[in-house]
Amino acid sequence: MTQDYSAASYWKKNLQYLSILLSVWFIVSYGCGILFVDQLNKIRIGGFYLGFWFAQQGAIYVFVILIGIYVQLMKRLDRQYNVHEQEADPS
Amino acid sequence: MNVQTWTYIMVGLSFTLYIGIAIWAKAKTRRDFYVAGKHVHPILNGMATAADWMSAASFISMAGLISFMGRDGAVYLMGWTGGYVLLALLLAPYLRKFGKFTVPDFVGDRYYSQGARFVAIVCAIFVSFTYVAGQMRGVGIVFSRFLNVDITVGVLIGMGIVFFYAVLGGMKGITYTQVAQYCVLIVAYLVPAIFISLLMTDTLIPQIGFGGTLADGSGVYLLDKLNGLSAELGFNSYTDGHKTTIDVFFITAALMVGTAGLPHVIVRFYTVPKVAAARSSAGWALLFIALLYTTAPAVAAFARTNLLTTVSNMAYEQAPEWFKNWEETGLIKFDDKNKDGVIQYRGPNSDIENELTIDRDIMVLANPEIANLPNWVIGLVAAGGLAAALSTAAGLLLVISTSIAHDLLKKELMPNISHEKELLAARISAGFAVCIAGYFGLHPPGFVAEVVAFAFGLAASSFFPAIIMGIFSKRMNKYGAISGMIIGLIFTAAYIIYFKFIHPEWNTPSHWWFGISPEGIGTMGMLINFFVANVVSYRTAPPPLEIQELVEQIRIPRQEPKSQAT
Repeated sequence: MTQDYSAASYWKKNLQYLSILLSVWFIVSYGCGILFVDQLNKIRIGGFYLGFWFAQQGAIYVFVILIGIYVQLMKRLDRQYNVHEQEADPS
Repeated sequence: MNVQTWTYIMVGLSFTLYIGIAIWAKAKTRRDFYVAGKHVHPILNGMATAADWMSAASFISMAGLISFMGRDGAVYLMGWTGGYVLLALLLAPYLRKFGKFTVPDFVGDRYYSQGARFVAIVCAIFVSFTYVAGQMRGVGIVFSRFLNVDITVGVLIGMGIVFFYAVLGGMKGITYTQVAQYCVLIVAYLVPAIFISLLMTDTLIPQIGFGGTLADGSGVYLLDKLNGLSAELGFNSYTDGHKTTIDVFFITAALMVGTAGLPHVIVRFYTVPKVAAARSSAGWALLFIALLYTTAPAVAAFARTNLLTTVSNMAYEQAPEWFKNWEETGLIKFDDKNKDGVIQYRGPNSDIENELTIDRDIMVLANPEIANLPNWVIGLVAAGGLAAALSTAAGLLLVISTSIAHDLLKKELMPNISHEKELLAARISAGFAVCIAGYFGLHPPGFVAEVVAFAFGLAASSFFPAIIMGIFSKRMNKYGAISGMIIGLIFTAAYIIYFKFIHPEWNTPSHWWFGISPEGIGTMGMLINFFVANVVSYRTAPPPLEIQELVEQIRIPRQEPKSQAT
């Protein structure tokens, strides 16, 4: 199997990750928390109204998880393309 | 021991700690002063960023604000956290790879233009001063309320402390003090929240208690109780929104993008050793911020329920002690309009006239007293409020001093200045900035609250698009970037000035464009910036080859990528 390990291909892969993660970011905050908040409020989980929960709690949890996933994905990608930094940058 | 003694102990201990750290972390070089030598551990940098970011407003005012806004308060919760996703994914790693010291550095180099650098410097200084005035005021207020000293004395003490560690330690001193300040402020926020959650819902974790049932055994959910009380007293339902959807959308976006474009937040990501560390550091920062930001709405709901059950229809004679105490400070006002000696606290939908005015800031400060928590908790809250205000003020002062010494003096006016002289200039301008900030703290311009919309709007409509396009578009040239920044800025500033200063009486949804309030107009400014920049850029010559190579370079963590798998 041949694979393209050029800088351009690294960048393309990065942009792919970004578009997926930012779509989720948009859906939970602007989607669930703002645009569809009233529809989701008809669903209840414990004492929470779901739309209200997304707006005041859920979106923030998802934000933290998204960054976590991005850090892991990029760590793997950097190694795959051999562009990861060495320990202790001498500069 | 009484509240006063406990407050002195808590504040005294925390201040000693900050001064100790400042002496230990004295900056020796220019690099230490601007970017803490670039070897701050990502977790510590995350804490420092969190303290830098969470200001007196987050600590003192936010929960109160949400308490009175209900669901619409989510614009602040999502707006001030969602920006970190943009920072981590779109800005931090690339700016770290670019290196250098400041945001104007990036704008000036990427757009090969002193003019672009100058626009960036002016924005950075303006945004930072806007912000810092509010912090010094916050310090003064906490001192005067909890320690019964004059606001002036409070501001002077705060100035002295910040002066000491910012001028001496630069970014290095500030970073390590901010780590300590984060610890103080988060403990001070969580302890009373946990107490109140236990008290009201029998649940240890406030985020869960928020959706739980009341502790009185009735089996009623807290939020249902709150909605019921609100309806009964003529307030809007807590879990429903009352702003228009488009306005909520635009405000949230302006706050998110503004957060990602604030120079004192961005500059923190220059301090970590590696690109990978910049990414993870943004994640840690958001995690630490989320601890407070997910607790705040719970505190807001608890405090609101508590307030409505306690004070409405209570005979004034039987009002608890905290009520009288806060009445003395003028933050609670009772006006017995129908002279029946009973407090009628009513909302806009009630037929009965409201007799009580409550300042939103007391929701966090008075919460421990309302819930009868031990005195040491109240002292802790005071120390936490000070930590929040001081850490943010210090971060902003550093941006101001770097902008003056590095960006303006070194890069624009006196390129031959030596490193030692530049460091001295940075220290002098930090000291100078502390004095100006103190002055604003003592004589706050009446429009402080109004100009906060400015800070976010300007950051959103100028920096953010310029930096994003600088990284993600190789074609973007200086003409595009500069015209985008200037037109975005002018549009946003004009809209805000028009509604906030020229015709404040027209500042209502029916006069706004498309129903977008001045708080949310930065989003529109950002879109205009993107549009103008692209149109102009594609009609003018592409940027020089070395700039295109610079963009190639910042996109990849290591200088020369090898074309082979590991």
